[in-house]
Amino acid sequence: MKAAVLQFPGSNCDRDMAVALRRAGADVTAVWHKDNGLPDGVDLVAVPGGFSFGDYLRCGAIAANSPICKALVAHADRGGYVLGVCNGFQVLTETGLLPGALMRNTNLKYICKTVELKVETANSAFTEGYASGDTITVPIAHHDGNYFADDAVLASLRDADRVAFTYRDNPNGSVADIAGILSENRRVLGMMPHPERAADPAHGGTDGAALFRTLVGQLTDA
Amino acid sequence: MKAKVTVMLKQGVLDPQGEAVRHALGALGFDGVAGVRQGKVIELDLADGTSEATVTEMCEKLLANTVIESYRIEID
Repeated sequence: MKAAVLQFPGSNCDRDMAVALRRAGADVTAVWHKDNGLPDGVDLVAVPGGFSFGDYLRCGAIAANSPICKALVAHADRGGYVLGVCNGFQVLTETGLLPGALMRNTNLKYICKTVELKVETANSAFTEGYASGDTITVPIAHHDGNYFADDAVLASLRDADRVAFTYRDNPNGSVADIAGILSENRRVLGMMPHPERAADPAHGGTDGAALFRTLVGQLTDA
Repeated sequence: MKAKVTVMLKQGVLDPQGEAVRHALGALGFDGVAGVRQGKVIELDLADGTSEATVTEMCEKLLANTVIESYRIEID
């Protein structure tokens, strides 16, 4: 199974993401933002956390308009898998691959701590290693993780079982406690918490490892 | 020619920064500030003859995120 990890100026979780994917068995290539295309035969594109382009204008806005993101959107349109974590989630909303937007945390603070998430659906290649209703412990580290979507979008997310994770104790003001959402075809996941930072006993927790294990397993069988 | 684009959070979208500014004004003794909304101003130095439609396209594609923000264009 082949994965590509995108790198923008200011990305800082790209190597952690690559390590987590490799450990799960993926063949990982790093791809620079100025590249026009993805490596041939890529099954999964991971958009890592960080502060792409210094968060100028809006978090993820400049990255979303970079050459590689045209290839990212084309990959998703072909039915390819995409995982966006933290800044990666912000990039995915800015490209329009996922609905809604991520705004400044309501307490205006950068929040860096380990939080409990509720797995809302096990019905995706990303989350089938968990049971719906499970509580998992994963770190967050963001200033702009306050998910916003209007009522119509929220209703459509709920009706189609597209909310992947919610916060047990909402840290940032996200509407409906949303921490991560899926695309309509369930192949694009965006989430603010960092599963790649809870994928090794040395991290202090391994609750994120199942996400990578089942995702890589699914795409290897396919 | 110059264009000025003002980007604001849409009405109904909570503006936590504006709220913090409102609180700080109250703490300084400025009474009667019922609300503060904080946005940004983007000044564009454009080739003469650039149409307002082009600036609108810039706003839609990059300068504003229309999920949460509205924008206003002034052309000099």
